[in-house]
Amino acid sequence: MNLKTKNPALYYLQRAAFYLLVLVIAFYLLAPFFWAVLTSLRSPGDLFLQPAQFIAAETTFQNYTQVFANPNFQRGLLYSLVVAVGSVLISLLIGSFAAYALGRFRFKGKQIIMYVILAVSVFPQIAVLSGLYTLISALGLYNNPVGLILTYLIFTIPFTVWVLTSFVRDIPGELEEAALVDGASPLQTLFLVLFPVMMPALVTTGLLAFINAWNEYLFALTFTSTNRTVPVVIANYSGATQFDQPWGQIMAASIVVTIPLIILVLVFQRNIVSGLTAGAVKG
Amino acid sequence: MTVNPTAPTRPIRTRGIEAARARQAIWLLLPTLIAIALVAGYPLYRTIYFSLFEASLTTPDQRTFIGMGNFWFTTEDGVALGFLQDPKWWGAVKNTLLFTVVSVTLETIFGMIIALVVNSAFKGRGILRTAMLVPWAIPTVVSAQMWSYLYNDTFGLIGRGLLGGQALLANTDSAIWALIAVDVWKTTSFMALLILAGLQSLPSDMYEAADMDGASKWTQFWRLTLPLLRPALLVALVFRSLDALRVFDIMSVMLGNVNAAATSMTGYARQALIDNSLLGYGSAVSVAIFVIIMVIVVIYVTAFRVKFD
Repeated sequence: MNLKTKNPALYYLQRAAFYLLVLVIAFYLLAPFFWAVLTSLRSPGDLFLQPAQFIAAETTFQNYTQVFANPNFQRGLLYSLVVAVGSVLISLLIGSFAAYALGRFRFKGKQIIMYVILAVSVFPQIAVLSGLYTLISALGLYNNPVGLILTYLIFTIPFTVWVLTSFVRDIPGELEEAALVDGASPLQTLFLVLFPVMMPALVTTGLLAFINAWNEYLFALTFTSTNRTVPVVIANYSGATQFDQPWGQIMAASIVVTIPLIILVLVFQRNIVSGLTAGAVKG
Repeated sequence: MTVNPTAPTRPIRTRGIEAARARQAIWLLLPTLIAIALVAGYPLYRTIYFSLFEASLTTPDQRTFIGMGNFWFTTEDGVALGFLQDPKWWGAVKNTLLFTVVSVTLETIFGMIIALVVNSAFKGRGILRTAMLVPWAIPTVVSAQMWSYLYNDTFGLIGRGLLGGQALLANTDSAIWALIAVDVWKTTSFMALLILAGLQSLPSDMYEAADMDGASKWTQFWRLTLPLLRPALLVALVFRSLDALRVFDIMSVMLGNVNAAATSMTGYARQALIDNSLLGYGSAVSVAIFVIIMVIVVIYVTAFRVKFD
């Protein structure tokens, strides 16, 4: 602080350099996204323009109307929503049972179960791809969203259990003891006493699991052929010929998929950071 | 310290209650354990099982046992059939390791810089913190398409503008660096978020004391901030490097599945398994990737003595 009075020139130079760094960081983080938004609002003919002219070119929503008219994209949005919501709801329900047991009960083998859940959460998805493929085929779930809901549990469940367990541990014990004294069963205690307290944690965990499921690519690409989820539709979005990439439409589709996520993330900013760090292991 | 004579004695826990609680815990855990067994345990066992057979994806029931033949096998004519003898596999391993080491290193450095900037007081701090979340929120496939467009040699800002019409993604040697740039952009903010959370948990009076003692900001960073951040940093490093080792989607979207097989271990395994229907061979590669990643996990866990409580 005393630098301001001692050497004002140096002080203001430092401030200027710092703000320049802030600008560079903001540009780096946002410029690619900004450019994608801009491209989605320009007609395909304008893509050849130089950057300055391109920015000044006319805004049009034709890419968006074309994307929404695309039946693959419509179906993709629906399937993505069904798959992500389905796998997250199942994970939250059975994951909260497990988290309650792991965070509040003492029993033999708890440590081993924690290790197993942690091990599954670092599973490379490819390690189960062939086993899951034969399982899905045998169950007749190939190209069926139910198959994706089932397979997504491999990463949504360990994540949910892990994060919720650390939240459950932080709930004061008196709540549960009061319920036990009143003769409530464990399920009653969980649903009537702990769930209301855990609401923020459930929302946070559910949101992060939803983002993971919404963005998943490898399983979606492998276990479906025509009933694609949105990431696969965007990855394979093609024009009339192989060499004609409709960039405007690809960017429009990308923005449509991303905007809900960005809104969710901005609304739940604080929860997300706490959720990300709660899931981290203490070293 | 005085002992409070009216302090309630601890409730005497009997064996009965303990045993009942333990039984209830098992019931509560059962659905999760069944789900994990179904979608993780059993498929993993099947993958290991198939890795010892020669089988086609379309007819998994007609299989021949060949032991370690998928890993290493030379016919009498000297033809190498095992994937460990395939130079393309080793190329994929080399590229994945390069990708992991370089991108995780850069992400950590950039993430640290951004976190330190956002952690200091200035006008517009909230805006920058919000901007930080944007790349993290964008789906990986979307970010890969965005960058494909930026790299495009006819339309792209970078491909046409900066590089004058070079197709960066056309050969795998230059492509891997282009992919690293995409991954760094996408995940630097995740790193910055975790590091920022760590920074905000550090006591501020410690820095005040250091200021009083006349330690420069530079010394404070190396002597105070970094050592105290070590646990948070290590956790972030573990998660990111495991993610980077199983990378597939960026390669698949930006290079196509054929070239993804030369640049990503997962891409190589998936091409063998799905595109070429080699159930046994693809499973063997998957087992190898699983072993590599699990070995790294075990090294991390033992080196950092990860605790749960």
